[in-house]
Amino acid sequence: MRALDRPTKAFLGIAFAFTLLVACGSLLPEGSAFGVSRYTLTVLGKYLCLAALALSIDLVWGYMGILSLGHGAFFALGGYAFGMYLMRQIGAKGVYVSELPDFMVFIGWDRLPWYWLGTDMLWYSLILVFLAPGALAFLFGWTAFRSRVSGVYFSIITQAMTYALMLAFLLNNMGFGGNNGFTDFKTILGFDIQSQGMGTTLFVLSALCLIGCYLVCRMICASRLGLVLVAIRDNESRARFAGYRVERVKLAIFTLSAMMAGLAGALYVPQAGIINPSSFMPLFSIEMVICVALGGRGRLYGAVVGAFLVNALRTYLTAQFPNAWLFVFGALFVVVTVFLPRGVSGLAEDLVGWVSRRRNGEATT
Amino acid sequence: MGRRMECKGGMNSPMTGGLTPWALTCSAPLLCALFFLFALAMAQPALAYDLPEEVSESLLSQRINDRQKAIDALAQDYSDEAKAMLEALLGGNLYADRASKTFYIKDATGYLSVATFEPAQTEGLNLRTVGVNNRQRQQLVGVLNARSLRHPDRAVRFAASRALIPAADVDMGLVRELREEESDPGVLSNYDRIVAMDALWDPGSTKEAKLQALKVFGAAFTPEAQELINRAAESDDPEIAAAAEAVKGGMAATASHLQLFETIFFGLSLGSVLVLIGLGLAITFGVMGVINMAHGEMVMLGAYCVWFLQQWMPGSPGLALLLAVPFSFVVAGGVGGLIELGVIRHLYNRPLETLLATFGISLILQQAVRTFIASNNRPVVVPTFLSGQLSIGENFGITTGRLWIIAFCLAVFFLTHLVTSRTRMGLEVRAVTQNREIAKALGVNSSWVDTRTFILGSGVAGMAGVALSQLTNVGPNLGQQYIVDSFMVVVFGGVGNLWGTLLGGLILGMANKFLEPVSGAILAKILILFGIILFIQRHPSGLFPQKGRAAAL
Repeated sequence: MRALDRPTKAFLGIAFAFTLLVACGSLLPEGSAFGVSRYTLTVLGKYLCLAALALSIDLVWGYMGILSLGHGAFFALGGYAFGMYLMRQIGAKGVYVSELPDFMVFIGWDRLPWYWLGTDMLWYSLILVFLAPGALAFLFGWTAFRSRVSGVYFSIITQAMTYALMLAFLLNNMGFGGNNGFTDFKTILGFDIQSQGMGTTLFVLSALCLIGCYLVCRMICASRLGLVLVAIRDNESRARFAGYRVERVKLAIFTLSAMMAGLAGALYVPQAGIINPSSFMPLFSIEMVICVALGGRGRLYGAVVGAFLVNALRTYLTAQFPNAWLFVFGALFVVVTVFLPRGVSGLAEDLVGWVSRRRNGEATT
Repeated sequence: MGRRMECKGGMNSPMTGGLTPWALTCSAPLLCALFFLFALAMAQPALAYDLPEEVSESLLSQRINDRQKAIDALAQDYSDEAKAMLEALLGGNLYADRASKTFYIKDATGYLSVATFEPAQTEGLNLRTVGVNNRQRQQLVGVLNARSLRHPDRAVRFAASRALIPAADVDMGLVRELREEESDPGVLSNYDRIVAMDALWDPGSTKEAKLQALKVFGAAFTPEAQELINRAAESDDPEIAAAAEAVKGGMAATASHLQLFETIFFGLSLGSVLVLIGLGLAITFGVMGVINMAHGEMVMLGAYCVWFLQQWMPGSPGLALLLAVPFSFVVAGGVGGLIELGVIRHLYNRPLETLLATFGISLILQQAVRTFIASNNRPVVVPTFLSGQLSIGENFGITTGRLWIIAFCLAVFFLTHLVTSRTRMGLEVRAVTQNREIAKALGVNSSWVDTRTFILGSGVAGMAGVALSQLTNVGPNLGQQYIVDSFMVVVFGGVGNLWGTLLGGLILGMANKFLEPVSGAILAKILILFGIILFIQRHPSGLFPQKGRAAAL
């Protein structure tokens, strides 16, 4: 039960309460006082997915010291894997009334390419959701960690990876819809994707995904493995000399983290209603990294807090002051890295520590 | 002025540019190149035309037949002004004032004085058309047509005769006549090919004539004749067919050689762009170990400097471009220095955080340009000396703009190399790159070195932006497009070694251009990116790893 320390219990409590509140609110009739509109529900559901992505970045960056600027690629791969299922669900209800997805008809293909086979089955595409990002992360990490590529170099090649994938998914003849990606989804398992019930279901699933990812991360961090991770972060050579197989640990955690990102992406896509190559943009990945930095890396709840803060701020500013958003966002990078290296959660912990010390100090005098 | 900007080197148009670049003793090759460009931009021909006495007499004469003398004289004069006169005569646009013996050419906007070729005030003048008769009109058409073919300058004759080759309706009588007159071997070979094409095309020509014609093609690469030769290869006569096949093979080989040369050239030019944008990054990354994500925005600022200066002096875009080189260095270097002092300095020894902070700065700079300048692309003029074509051989031309960019890249590279290898500052920079602690122990002010290095790196990025402004759109996203590429150059080439950056950039440019025809542009880029990722994993410190103790840092 070492895994359930105080922040974790607090997180679980808040997360369950939040989920219950929003899910019940969404089932109330439109216009009631505690009702949650479909729009708000979708926005909050997307935040939950992004928070799970931030969590996966925090695991490798905050605990293992590897800054990946390509986690958006794993997220997007998961999204595309589930998007394939959603596209197959459209079936003959598309514009071209064909069993093939519309974009394939558009570029003149007459049958599905081999990698689309079986994607009409939910279980298979769910496997793909884990398999595609996991396999990429495994291959990439295996070659990178084995040759001890680290630090800034690793960050740069992960960025190159996601950039290359973006270019690849932009190609029409890749069979992933090119520039437009996948959109116009209709059903999941035959249920209408636009319905309120489906919205609530996806939201609850996203919340469960985030809670699950959190618990997995927490269990890792509280275990001996977690100590090894921190050892690698703080002094890789020493960890290696102490006899740990640093490469294997890194590879395992990196792959696990990529799978978490993939799952988050898979839940994100039906709520966003679209997946296209812009998710592979280096900008998106780096945005998620700054969420973690703002929330406070090396703390799991920090990543979640950061993701919610940044994305809420974005939703507000892009609607109210579209020109100001990038200024604020850019300034956030600078301010957080220069003045708040431990993020908002670090600041909060300092404040709590300061207050309790004062109280104790007052008590003794 | 605009209309006659093209008339360079006319009969009475001495070069006015008195600047001789060679007189300026400057050791830096970059400055030399710049001043040469400067002289080029300033040199504009003066236009004036003094009509010989007898020509003006004959044009003023009441009798139409007297015009003959003037037409003959003008036909012998190969200046652009004489051409304008002839065209005006033919079109009935030449006007004369008998009293003052002055001539005017009427065009869409008004009258041009023949004496100065400037718009002229014609009020109070008794202007009358200088008429010609039908026979003279015919002669004028012939004279104008054959003008460039009989031009005293061989280059003009060559270009004019070369232009005849693809034309199907060439006057063969004129070609034969010209071929008799011609002495230059290059121009002659053009006529030979026209005659040969005619022989192949003409069903009535003899077998000997056809074989002779194919022999002519054997010597010269003429893609225009491809179809005729293909037809000859299917000829019933085996001898002609065999000869044609041989010619076909030879031409294909020449074509592939030219293709190779072209690919190498494009590769070099892309490579120099990559080197230019990677150079500044290599300096800062090598010395400080930080990735400056705002590097692309320094390039963007440099490109905007060109736009700004061209707005500021709209008359001379070329001069503005040249001034933009030092200007962009100052602007981008200044912004870079501020970034170092304001942000990077406080993130000492935290390279990953520096990466994030500079990324934030890049977002701010982009949005600042969008908000305070404009969110769409800005127009940048490409001056005439950069927009020309330089033909090498006959069917192969390279744009002078790209050639200049290669030269500019090399100049910037060697200048930067000179700074890092020959100056006190360079010595300190190298010392800090190799071992910061020891350098500090020996009295090097390492934080001041950091600042100066950052200014230098950012300034070089700004100069790269000047070059890029001539190649792509100048907009807020300019830097973003190149940022990943420039990282690739630096990590591929190896840190702390400018030669690595040069070689790395050129190799990547070449590889890209050689892959492009095989795989398509986007796939080529993807392949290169994955190639570099794999390469880095084999050789984590790039092409030129640092040796010795420095490597351990």
